[in-house]
Amino acid sequence: MSLTFNRTDTSLLGRWWWTVDRWTLVSLLLLMGIGCVLIITASPSVANRIGMDTFGLVKRQLVWLPMALAVLFIASLATPRWVRRLSVVAMAGSILLLILTLIIGAEIKGATRWLSFGGLSVQPAEFAKPFFAVTLAWILATGKQEDFPGMMVATGLWLLVSSLLALQPDVGQTAIITGIFLVQLFLAGLPMFWVAGLAVMVISAFLGAYFTMPHVTERVNAFLDPEAGDRYQIGRSLEAFMNGGLWGQGPGEGTIKQYLPDAHADFIFAVAGEELGLFACLIIVSLFAFIVLRGFARLLHEESLFVLLAATGLLVQFGFQALINMGSTLHLMPTKGMTLPFISYGGSSLVALALGMGMLLALTRRRAGAESEEP
Amino acid sequence: MIRKRNEPANYRPLSPCGLDVGQPKTWVVELEGARKAALETGRTRLIVSALVFALAFVMIGLRLVDLTLLQSDASAQIAKIAPANTEWRSGRADIVDRNGTVLATTLPTNAVYANPRQIRNPDEVAGRLASVLKGVDEERLKGGLASDRSFTWVGRCLSPRETDAVNGLGIPGVYLQHDECRYYPHDDLFSHVVGYSDIDGQGIAGMEKTFEEKLRGGKAPLELSLDMRLQHIMAEELEAAMTEYSGIGASGLIMDVDTGEILSMVSLPTFDPDRPAAASDEARFNRATLGVYEVGSVFKIFSAAAALDAGAVSLEDGYDISKPIRISRFTINDFKPKDGWMSIPEIFLHSSNIGTVHMAMEAGTKAIQDYFGKFGLLKRGAVELPENGSPLVPAKWREINTMTISYGHGLAVTPVQVVRALSAMVNGGELLAPTLVKRRPGERPVGEQVISEQTSAQMRWLMRLVVAEGTGRNAEAPGYMVGGKTGTADKLKASGGYDRNNRIASFAGAFPMDDPQYAIFAMVDEPKPTEKSYGYATAGWVVAPAIKKIVQRMGPVVGLEPRALPSEVGPDPLFVPVHLKGRSVASQ
Repeated sequence: MSLTFNRTDTSLLGRWWWTVDRWTLVSLLLLMGIGCVLIITASPSVANRIGMDTFGLVKRQLVWLPMALAVLFIASLATPRWVRRLSVVAMAGSILLLILTLIIGAEIKGATRWLSFGGLSVQPAEFAKPFFAVTLAWILATGKQEDFPGMMVATGLWLLVSSLLALQPDVGQTAIITGIFLVQLFLAGLPMFWVAGLAVMVISAFLGAYFTMPHVTERVNAFLDPEAGDRYQIGRSLEAFMNGGLWGQGPGEGTIKQYLPDAHADFIFAVAGEELGLFACLIIVSLFAFIVLRGFARLLHEESLFVLLAATGLLVQFGFQALINMGSTLHLMPTKGMTLPFISYGGSSLVALALGMGMLLALTRRRAGAESEEP
Repeated sequence: MIRKRNEPANYRPLSPCGLDVGQPKTWVVELEGARKAALETGRTRLIVSALVFALAFVMIGLRLVDLTLLQSDASAQIAKIAPANTEWRSGRADIVDRNGTVLATTLPTNAVYANPRQIRNPDEVAGRLASVLKGVDEERLKGGLASDRSFTWVGRCLSPRETDAVNGLGIPGVYLQHDECRYYPHDDLFSHVVGYSDIDGQGIAGMEKTFEEKLRGGKAPLELSLDMRLQHIMAEELEAAMTEYSGIGASGLIMDVDTGEILSMVSLPTFDPDRPAAASDEARFNRATLGVYEVGSVFKIFSAAAALDAGAVSLEDGYDISKPIRISRFTINDFKPKDGWMSIPEIFLHSSNIGTVHMAMEAGTKAIQDYFGKFGLLKRGAVELPENGSPLVPAKWREINTMTISYGHGLAVTPVQVVRALSAMVNGGELLAPTLVKRRPGERPVGEQVISEQTSAQMRWLMRLVVAEGTGRNAEAPGYMVGGKTGTADKLKASGGYDRNNRIASFAGAFPMDDPQYAIFAMVDEPKPTEKSYGYATAGWVVAPAIKKIVQRMGPVVGLEPRALPSEVGPDPLFVPVHLKGRSVASQ
């Protein structure tokens, strides 16, 4: 793509180039690049272990990558209005798919999360998240400005989506959805009394999950008590960081990937720690922090409540996912099945995140007369 | 909430599901104040959220620093533990010599096999595999790969280089798997003792077979009594003697006369235990334990010991040896006929058959038979090898058998039997069980007293006399007081009777004779005369020089220094002077 757009260029691309948040865009592309490197180093041993062709997983992921780039770009071309329209429709579609997943989804490792469409496996929960953030923002923003019970409808939508996810069961995604919901509710002006009340409710929810869902119990126990449960993965993961040191063992030189079944997905950050070292890991953390915090900073000047809430929701989803993944890998919290955005292996996750970030770029583009875009 | 509504037409209720496509319209901003207030709240709370996120990211960063830099000590600990768990352990114990030198070990290797059904072009694949794997027969491999089976071995015991080469070929249908292989690092030096194992690591010869149970799954190595240094000396000198006199084989043994430990056991020709199938039966044959030979005059040691110990003769006795002995249809002659009367030491010194026969007959058939039985020469050897030969004993022992056996014909024994009996002759008369397994320090086996201390001392003196003055002069290693007896025996012909042109040349000796520590036996099979030996192929020419070199080379190894002795012969005050053709050889 030529970078010589004239500022007076009023074509679609020209306007896009001069209004889009290029720093965030570049950061996202950097993350994807790092992801490629890590997938190439981490996935061959995983592929061999599950009896695939050595570079089978790499090839699959590299097929998804251009698709993700296209989705990112196209989504970022949209106007906030189109972002809203797409999300609301897609949210409805996602809810249908989530229901369908529970009925006909394939059960893998005790959870029903995947839908198969003629050989193509899709995880509807990944797509539900960005649509949920935007739809919720629209509902809440409308509730603030119209005679509309925004908070009530929002809560209803959250209850529906989170229970569908909890039924799979997918605690990680439920937590993300809940995180988006709570932050947006908070930003939308929830009275402080309710903020405190919700905090209590969140804690109760965690305790509830701990006491009612066996695999959550197991993982939390494993986190709290080094002796109990399956400490194998986290032990290997920590070992990887310690082996890595400041500069790492060198790309491809790590051994953690030989032992961890999810080295290419949930534990890819540990592979980065072992092979690339502290320095590279800090760069990765900084990129995530930069994208989230820069996004927040830009929103401080936002005039549209919908855009403010929607973009915050998308950033919260992105940031939460990164924090949960890295936190689990570093043993700061119990392990969750959560991908590291743009770095972990997984087509659904990659494309869905590209879509979410594309929508974020669309929402944070500089607009004249932003109010006219208000729903 | 205050709602200012100027024109109802401007209020637009929520469109269903946000679907307002195709209804472009102007929004009238009604609730400017409320909207601003909501935005203000949102922005303030956005800052709070951003701070929480920032804090979370900082925590991740700090945790990273903590793990990678501050806990690196813990990582060192893990690194130490990990290799210990993965340390490779073979399924078969090593075999080592008495000093711990590895004689047989098991190494992790790779094996390559193929699934012929997955091989599209057997000829090409066989060619490519044979090009990187030495020792693989291409034609046989072609056959295997072309078959309609789903498994065929291509090669076992691959070196890392070969493994890499096979991997590099990348042929579909050819697979590698881990394997263990037995290796013998000293090639053919210990082949007959250590033996060898089959491709699956099962011992099928030698100590590998005898100690199969102990070696399999064992961890501590099997310590043999052999000393690699002495083994090397023995093998080298025997090889040289055998080559010089164009022999067809040779065998040699060194035994510790106090413990019965065999320090060296050599059988030539030998073979590579890594490829026993490539060796001939002749090479695989252990002459030292399985081969039985008539060793000729060496037996005069045992005859003399028997006659002396039985009290039939004393060192002062003598016989007229000028006339051959005729008994039934046999005539017993001497190799170098001498005239007149000879004392017992002279008979021994000059290796007179006639004199020896007289001595033996003096003792009698019964006594000779008993003594030879006590010396362990009439029963199957008992060394720890599966390859133990049984002596060829006359079916019916008549007088004529006593006569011929007294000078080493008519009784074929294994070299290990000879060296065992020899040890008893010089160590004070105690017959020890020979062993190939190292004895623990201080462990001394109790043997049977087969001759008296005194007879043993006399035998030491007689044997020293042979090297100092008689047929064994070529074995004299100055300062080591070597004693011994030569033996040159015509070999039995396959058709019966003796072959005058094919002989066994042997030497049985010990040193140092004032306090013997090592018994040595060496023999060369079918040596041919050379110009250097003036047409002789007798033991004095063929084997005695080798004994000299062996003693001279092994002395420093075992810590024996050559000593200059004022009186070479007859240190024992028991001895009366003995006159040898006018010369006095015994002191006092």
